[in-house]
Amino acid sequence: MTLLSSVTGRLTAAALLVTLAAPASAQETPQSGGVANVAIQPEPPGLMLPLVQNAPTQRVAGNIFEGLLRYDTDLEPMPQLADSWEISDDGLTYTFHLHPGVKWHDGEAFTAADVVFSADVFLRETNPRTRAILDHVESIEAPDDETVVFTLKQPFPAFIQAFEVGTMPMVPKHIYEGTDFYNNPANNHPIGTGPFEFAKWDRGSVIELDKNPDYYEDGKPYLDKIYWHVIPDAASRAAAYENGTLDIMPAGSVENFDIPRLSGMDGSCMTEQGNEFFNPFAMLWLNNREGPTADKRFRQAVMYAIDRDFAKNVLWNGLGKVPNGPFSSTLAAHDDDLEQYPYDPDKAEELLDEMGYDGKPVRLLPLPYGETWTRWGEAVRQNLEDVGINVETESSDVAGWNQKISDWDYDIAFTYLFQYGDPSLGIARTYISSNIAKGSPWNNVEGYENPKADELFAKAAVENDPEKRQAMYDEVQQILHDDVPLAWIMELAQPTIYRCNVHDLITTGIGLNDGFKNAWIEQQ
Amino acid sequence: MPYVSLILGRIGKAVIVLLAILVFNFFLIHAAPGDPAAVMAGEAGATDQQFLDDLRERFGLDQPLPVQLWRYMSGVMQLDFGYSYRQQMPVLDLILDRLPATLLLTGAAFVISLVFGILAGTLAAMRAKRPSGSIIMGLSLLFYATPLYWVAMMAVLVFSVMLDWLPAYGYSTVGAGYTGLAHVGDVAVHLILPALTLGLFFMAVYTRMTRTSMLSVSQQDFVKTARAKGLAPGVIQRRHILRNALLPIITLAGLQAGQMVGGAVLTETVFAWPGIGRLMYEALMQRDYNLLLGIFFFCALLVILFNMLTDVIYRLADPRIKEGVA
Repeated sequence: MTLLSSVTGRLTAAALLVTLAAPASAQETPQSGGVANVAIQPEPPGLMLPLVQNAPTQRVAGNIFEGLLRYDTDLEPMPQLADSWEISDDGLTYTFHLHPGVKWHDGEAFTAADVVFSADVFLRETNPRTRAILDHVESIEAPDDETVVFTLKQPFPAFIQAFEVGTMPMVPKHIYEGTDFYNNPANNHPIGTGPFEFAKWDRGSVIELDKNPDYYEDGKPYLDKIYWHVIPDAASRAAAYENGTLDIMPAGSVENFDIPRLSGMDGSCMTEQGNEFFNPFAMLWLNNREGPTADKRFRQAVMYAIDRDFAKNVLWNGLGKVPNGPFSSTLAAHDDDLEQYPYDPDKAEELLDEMGYDGKPVRLLPLPYGETWTRWGEAVRQNLEDVGINVETESSDVAGWNQKISDWDYDIAFTYLFQYGDPSLGIARTYISSNIAKGSPWNNVEGYENPKADELFAKAAVENDPEKRQAMYDEVQQILHDDVPLAWIMELAQPTIYRCNVHDLITTGIGLNDGFKNAWIEQQ
Repeated sequence: MPYVSLILGRIGKAVIVLLAILVFNFFLIHAAPGDPAAVMAGEAGATDQQFLDDLRERFGLDQPLPVQLWRYMSGVMQLDFGYSYRQQMPVLDLILDRLPATLLLTGAAFVISLVFGILAGTLAAMRAKRPSGSIIMGLSLLFYATPLYWVAMMAVLVFSVMLDWLPAYGYSTVGAGYTGLAHVGDVAVHLILPALTLGLFFMAVYTRMTRTSMLSVSQQDFVKTARAKGLAPGVIQRRHILRNALLPIITLAGLQAGQMVGGAVLTETVFAWPGIGRLMYEALMQRDYNLLLGIFFFCALLVILFNMLTDVIYRLADPRIKEGVA
């Protein structure tokens, strides 16, 4: 099977974009000009995306940097810096053909050598997530300036999902080669290939990006400037949108109880799209090692006891999805037929009786990410107490939460995790026993150990035959569904709110993090 | 020169106090759960041991605590406050970058609260038995008791969202590119709401204190003497009562002035004012040890400076206060 995508790929992608775009705008031609005022919170620590991986950095710097590919809302790859690509039948060789004539913001030519440097040298050293993916790669070579060949050690079908800008951003070799990456002066003035260039950063106030006048896609970008306004207080952000200073409120910048008010204003639009690649999946870590949560029946009782529909409708404005198992519904490998755990307090009490739960208190650690999460913690506590579980809520700031999870010092704890488009990238890490290690809040911190699940995840990741792979993923989903290593409480939908005269703001499954290259403002 | 030796002695003590504060803060911060490497790894959404080890080595956090303290203190002795782990910039640059905005805000609030507080307090004292005096006192009690962030939010709602008279947040108009006088005017307009919000509380305090102090001074014998010798009431109020009543105000003003660097966290947050208070809060949340210690240093420095200044002003306001007597 050879995947070929060149001009046709670009055309279908374009067609898809049109259907995805905001309803009224679909037929109109984009207009150039205008300035976008966007909220950003918290302030990013830096904009050198290949070095700094946190959410606000990805959001802003996705305009400056680019990856080889983008992904549509079904997570199918689309061209970006690579015009086309082929995967060999044995799944071992990935060949990318780069877009000709691309230039870095400083005028130097972008070539295959930059790709090799970025992936093989820079990101292997600096980015733990990319490093793990590149473990599958035997060699990265550039036979000519416009071709890059990745050769894998064994088939790894998820590899095609790894070329998004946040995972594999391209780094200018001529600036970074042979330097101390962390102390390179260019970190304060990042150079990418993206549709917008870094202009200015008034720390604590605003980050200014200018249109890249030499961008390689004709006519793009349409906007002249993007201002990212740093406003720490959620109520002040909402007020700034209400009085017209801000045009775009990215996912997570509006408190949930403000969403109906802001999205209900005249000329205000809202979309849930752009969430598909990350698909933040909210869960409760259940400590499988000790205490009541070590008993499978207790963990199942938690699933029955929590009223997830209530949380969705009351706390999250009815947005999002109640998951039926460990895989989020946007993943191709998701099993739709898994039986849902219904809200059934009686069943939960039955299970607790059966295991002989003695009323030993369990510690509940909510996520210190703002008011909605605090309230969610209260709701879950009440649900658990309703079925007779004694709960002690603990409080902490983000650093303390981090520490407790990383040190396994909890019984039940809130978290959410990104999916990254494939089970082997976003999901296996949470369940395989080789990933049990103190010091990270993102690995198998619940301490689940099941040799069968380990084997299925390991084999599925390197299985090149889609049908065989799916069979393995179906089996592992069923196992996890019954074992409940942790409680799956919500596929979060964090909507973007924006003025309706801003069009084509979100055109991919990576959302705002993918940059504003297609966005345009309809002038009155 | 007793004055000079007094000041030199004061400076010597101040340096010791500053160093003690730094050491104390150093241990206090390190006692908080989590470290900057873990916070940064946590924010990245994915991490491995190598990543954490790299960060800790780069930040020097892999060293034993006494070594870290030694390194930090010897840096400070050379006025090197180190590097912010997170922002990848020298701490001193970050602080100096944010200091003007904070000093502008807290300075404006200081002047507003002092001027209007003393004015309102004097009026209230002069009209202690009339309704207008009660109204002033009622208002000051209201400002004194209302939480700052609530006042701030309401001010934004009324003056920015509903009336659209004043900007809701920020230091200047983004993208306006004003220069010269236009820029000054722009900043001034942005300053009004936060400075008033921050100033209201202290204004209320000054009002109440001025009134009480003036009323108590006005009962004293020398005031009766002044009246008896036929001085005009205005002169008595200004030169005899107010001047004597000012001492407690100066004490309090000294305290307020000492808080000028770190005392505006809430106001800066609500109004997105790019000052030190926010920088401090964020550094605390992110366990950015070097940055936090640097800000603490400046806060302590300012408190000490203003304490010394207050002592000098005492002497100017009341020549009876001399060394060894106060």
